[in-house]
Amino acid sequence: MSILLDEKTRVVVLGITGGEGTFHAQKMIEYGTRVVAGMTPGKGGTRHLGVPVFNTVAEAAAAEGAEAAAIFVPPFAAADAIMECADAGLRLVVCITEGIPTFDMLKVKTYLRGKPVALIGPNTPGIISPGKAKIGIMPGPIHRAGSVGIISRSGTLTYEAVQQVSRQGYGQSTAVGIGGDPIVGLKYIELLELFKADPATEAVILIGEIGGTAEDEAAAYIKASFPKPVVGFIAGQTAPPGRRMGHAGAIIAGGKGTAQEKMDALRAAGVSVAVSPADIGARLHEALTRRA
Amino acid sequence: MKIHEYQGKLILAKFGVRVPRGEVAETPAEARAIAERIGPRVVVKAQIHAGGRGKGGGVKLAATAAEAEALAARMIGMQLVTHQTGPEGKKVKRVLVEEALDIARELYLGLVIDRAREAAVVMASTEGGVEIEKVAAETPERIFKEYVDPATGLLGFQARKLAFKLGLEGEALKQGQRFIASLYRAFESTDASLAEINPLLVTKQGDVLALDAKMTFDDNALGRHPDIQAMRDLDEESPLEVEAAKYNLNYIKLDGNVGCMVNGAGLAMATMDIIKYAGGMPANFLDVGGGVTEEAVTNAFRILVSDPDVKGALINIFGGIVRCDMIASGVVKAAKALGTKIPVVIRLEGTNVDLGKKILAESGLAFSAADGMKEAAERIVGLVH
Repeated sequence: MSILLDEKTRVVVLGITGGEGTFHAQKMIEYGTRVVAGMTPGKGGTRHLGVPVFNTVAEAAAAEGAEAAAIFVPPFAAADAIMECADAGLRLVVCITEGIPTFDMLKVKTYLRGKPVALIGPNTPGIISPGKAKIGIMPGPIHRAGSVGIISRSGTLTYEAVQQVSRQGYGQSTAVGIGGDPIVGLKYIELLELFKADPATEAVILIGEIGGTAEDEAAAYIKASFPKPVVGFIAGQTAPPGRRMGHAGAIIAGGKGTAQEKMDALRAAGVSVAVSPADIGARLHEALTRRA
Repeated sequence: MKIHEYQGKLILAKFGVRVPRGEVAETPAEARAIAERIGPRVVVKAQIHAGGRGKGGGVKLAATAAEAEALAARMIGMQLVTHQTGPEGKKVKRVLVEEALDIARELYLGLVIDRAREAAVVMASTEGGVEIEKVAAETPERIFKEYVDPATGLLGFQARKLAFKLGLEGEALKQGQRFIASLYRAFESTDASLAEINPLLVTKQGDVLALDAKMTFDDNALGRHPDIQAMRDLDEESPLEVEAAKYNLNYIKLDGNVGCMVNGAGLAMATMDIIKYAGGMPANFLDVGGGVTEEAVTNAFRILVSDPDVKGALINIFGGIVRCDMIASGVVKAAKALGTKIPVVIRLEGTNVDLGKKILAESGLAFSAADGMKEAAERIVGLVH
């Protein structure tokens, strides 16, 4: 099993006719994702990559039964695109776009309140259920199907973790990038709840970074109500305060959000924390064999 | 993006936030002329991005225009050292000359985005003039907060609540409410990430003004605020960081001697961490971006090695769909063009790994390929020490 996404999920790609949209939609189709439609305003009625293109998300949902979206539109148009997907009744929206203004995301989060839609991202590599489908830009071939759930705020560091997991002989049920921005859709807790309910997920790897308090909130949740083994890593142990480390969300502000603080919180919650990023796979193996 | 105090006050004034009368001067003569217009009693304030200017001697009171000129002459051109500048200080290029006011009370007002609550928050405190982190740590009950619903913006009663909690009365109460409402409008309209008024001044006459103003802006939103983008002062930023930004590279100078170049911010931080874990210290953070190109790699390498502190470099690229031979040839080309002598360890993942390794081996340079981050970090730390 997997969470949120499998081979049956019907996907519409927003911005499918753009350069990036075309490239990654093609890769998604090759991986097995059921891409049923594209959406680019003004290109409705045409076909691209073998699927019909629509002017609006609502049309794509009505005509092709799209239930999930991949968003590849420019930053200043992306917030609107997310809200259009929610309005059209999609249940899963994955926003790859990097560089959306924070105030736009505050509006998005307010708009999504009470609507039955799961937003992943923005500024995320996306979500992949190996062997089934992917919505995003991650390289398919490094993944393998298995029993480890991965939740991460970063892109290439997630690939690193995936590879270590695969080299230890394990695969992933679903790997999710929650995004590197200060304001994102689903965070650790919502995804941990899904992994908790997924019988095929035996353990979870949680990859965080400096900035914000999402990892601390996750630690409190794990301590209170997450029964499966969790391995954690926090990037930015050497980051100086007050400097934004690439991701808009990765900044130690006012002395808060340090790696040490987060690692301590996770450890106190019973998470096996890897100090070195090279030890994530080994820690997972340890956690799974100790349990068995 | 950060701006200077005088720029922040110009922006705030446009939104009806009351600030003292004042102008910016680049020469002592200009400072004198401003003091003659608005003084004679004025405050001369050095304009650098760092905080703590008062303690460093960058904020002084002048009783006459001649004194203002003399103070400006001393400040302009000086290296102002504060707890935020580092020991070398920052060169002062301008001073703000402002009317001196009769201070009755110094309060605090700050706006930031609260990530956990996913809302802007207005923070007010009666403890103005001191560091708010200190107040938050020692006497959190003295900080009052109102969270702003993004759908409505700051509401009238919220501004009123804060004004009452600050103990404002009469004319000051009226002005205080207006001040808070206008400050929020400025914050939202400019896509700011921080607007801090510390101190917020109440005069003996009951006027409420921003004695200081610190604003920073959401880099992702600058594209829709060209007027604010134009306020960027490149002299306040590190030259290598400015150079890197030209190529969309994310570079931050640090204290160590192992240069690193990585694709992706999370992996870049993790690479810095593993260098330290192996016993070294990273010289920088450098993210060339998720979808890396040969040109980006070439420019990144040039910027990386132009830091004289760098005694060796670690390149860590997890490409996935990126071709390793492309990365390898980009680095080799850059190193040959620059005549690079320092040791370089490269860890590559992605398509054509073997071809990439071959290019490195045959380059004749002091380069080596490593399998995995751990091996790469240990090797470069060994070579540098």
